Amino acid sequence: MIQVRGLTKAFGPKKVLRGIDLDVAPGEFLTLVGPNGAGKTTFLRILATLSRATGGDALIGGVSVAEHPAQVRRNIGLVSHRTLLYDDLTAVENLQFYGRMYDVPHLDARIEEVLRQVDLYFRRHDPVRTYSRGMQQRLSIARAILHDPQVMLMDEPYTGLDVQATAMLRTVLQSLAASGRTVVMTTHDLELGLDVADRVAILSGGKIGFQAAARDISIHEFRRVYAEQTAG
Amino acid sequence: MGFLRKVAAVAWKDLRAEWRTREVFSAMFVFALLIIIIFNFALELRAENARVLVPGILWVAFTFSGMLGLNRSFIQEKDRGSLEGLLLCPVDRSAIYLGKMLANSALMALVAVFILPVSFVLFNLSFGALPMIVVVTALGTVGFAGVGTLFSAMAVNTRAREVMLPLLLFPVAVPLIIAAVKLTAGIMDGVPGAELARWWQLLVGFDAIFFTLSFMTFDYVIEE
Amino acid sequence: MALRKDAWLWVLGILAFAGILVAGYLALIYAPPAEGFVGQAEPAQRIFYFHVPAAWTGFLAFSVTFVASIAYLWKGGRKWDILAACSAEIGLVFTTMVVVTGPIWAKPTWGVWWTWSDPKLVTAAILWLIYFGYIMLRRMVEDDARRARFSAVLGIIGFVDVPIVFGAARWWGQSVAHPIVVSGGGFDVAPKMLTALMFSLAVFTVMYVVILTLRVRTERLADEVDALKERE
Repeated sequence: MIQVRGLTKAFGPKKVLRGIDLDVAPGEFLTLVGPNGAGKTTFLRILATLSRATGGDALIGGVSVAEHPAQVRRNIGLVSHRTLLYDDLTAVENLQFYGRMYDVPHLDARIEEVLRQVDLYFRRHDPVRTYSRGMQQRLSIARAILHDPQVMLMDEPYTGLDVQATAMLRTVLQSLAASGRTVVMTTHDLELGLDVADRVAILSGGKIGFQAAARDISIHEFRRVYAEQTAG
Repeated sequence: MGFLRKVAAVAWKDLRAEWRTREVFSAMFVFALLIIIIFNFALELRAENARVLVPGILWVAFTFSGMLGLNRSFIQEKDRGSLEGLLLCPVDRSAIYLGKMLANSALMALVAVFILPVSFVLFNLSFGALPMIVVVTALGTVGFAGVGTLFSAMAVNTRAREVMLPLLLFPVAVPLIIAAVKLTAGIMDGVPGAELARWWQLLVGFDAIFFTLSFMTFDYVIEE
Repeated sequence: MALRKDAWLWVLGILAFAGILVAGYLALIYAPPAEGFVGQAEPAQRIFYFHVPAAWTGFLAFSVTFVASIAYLWKGGRKWDILAACSAEIGLVFTTMVVVTGPIWAKPTWGVWWTWSDPKLVTAAILWLIYFGYIMLRRMVEDDARRARFSAVLGIIGFVDVPIVFGAARWWGQSVAHPIVVSGGGFDVAPKMLTALMFSLAVFTVMYVVILTLRVRTERLADEVDALKERE
């Protein structure tokens, strides 16, 4: 579903990504971990067409991110640690706006559907300003799946969530994984990352240093490899 | 058709969100009102013929409060990260430009709707001139918002964002302001239409040229 | 600068330097006094031989910025960005000269330091503001690619605005006997004066080319230094 080849990104003379090669199979849930500043957010933003790579390319659903970003956008949903929501509008109004921008058919029915999926239907006419962080995160996910994208990109979605919200997010992520969507999630929480994933990878020093199937590796081993990879 | 729908969606979203709090509008309105009142006050004390200065004062009020609105709309988007939400959508960047420009123009126009009658009263002007002045204000507002939306998208990405917009916008908007002031003065003084023709041409020409340029270059400014 | 490779640059530089001295002689001594200028206005008029070439050279510099800006947006490439920026800097210096020498000439001649009735003064002032804004914009943007794109857009819009400003200013005020050299009127340009003027113009243009070349090279070296720093 996603093929990344030799992706590099430099900000002026500073090289953040130094040649990423990665494959994500359709329906696979990949967790990408790495220390702060490793380039996880940058990488995800390039996949989300928000940023342009300085070298290499990525194919999402066979479409090049560099050459046809507009086409790629239809097929991806991004959940970032910023909510990307309009605080003064209600949940419904936010989703109506995004729905129109994505040309979502049968919009009203679809809005009801996603709101029920993230369990926010009962607060749908309240302004987003009044939501807790966990609720905002769930609405953010609702926004991201509104247009039914095949690929979900999630940048540190657990940030700022309390225990309850984290548990809820975990449930949502599991259902996402089960829905057959391809998911790439970045996080620096190794345990949560390993928990939901099919595969894990470590991004360190601008490159993918390590990859493994989630079921093949225990959390202890994962921690050890991570410490190794990020020490240099 | 889809393009226009999305333009409308962006404009409507901006206006609806603004309507909830009315923060930006209030700031713009109060600022413009203060300018009018302070000038009215200051000039009453000194100049005999303060009316001669009214067109200039009006446009100072409109442009300064307009800039307040232009600045805030993008700063809000950027700070909340919702600008990225917009960029994620499979929509032409120029649709974002048009939508925001329309919303900005609407806000400026709304401020003018209140400020014009107030000024006419404060400066004891006859209301006969009002309709044509509304036309001038509309055209001037659209032109100002046209290039102002482009520049504010730039300014919001710089380090001194509040200062950057006036610095970039005012010099470029000088012909627009000259035309608007000349027309407002001409209409108020009952100058025959033929003499004002060149100023109408300048106003409309400016609007057209810079709207087109802004529309074409917005892509380069809004992408990362 | 390598002597043999840059022979042309050395020659031009020396010519420009010598040229300034010659131009000074031509302006102050060789050229006859202009008709119609009395008292203090008479020697002050001689600023004309620097004021006018400075204005034309400034305009030339901004035209280069305009073309380079279009080239940058169209084809990309740091070299266009460097050219646009360096030329704008130099243009600003020349325009500063115009705005400073203008009042020096105006005061003894028209009795006022400044007037908004004169379209050339107005245009020069606005030109100065636009390109001052250009320089400030570059300083305030951190990301290199973004800075280049923003400057390019401003370089285009600013330049298109200039003739419009001039037209508007001309309609706006009655010209206060500001001499229009090219189209006649104002004062007559005797042959000797024309010589002095043309020579001055040539010297200014050569100076512009020399300074631009040196400035562009400095920028390229700075880029190389940054790249080397990153490698460590």
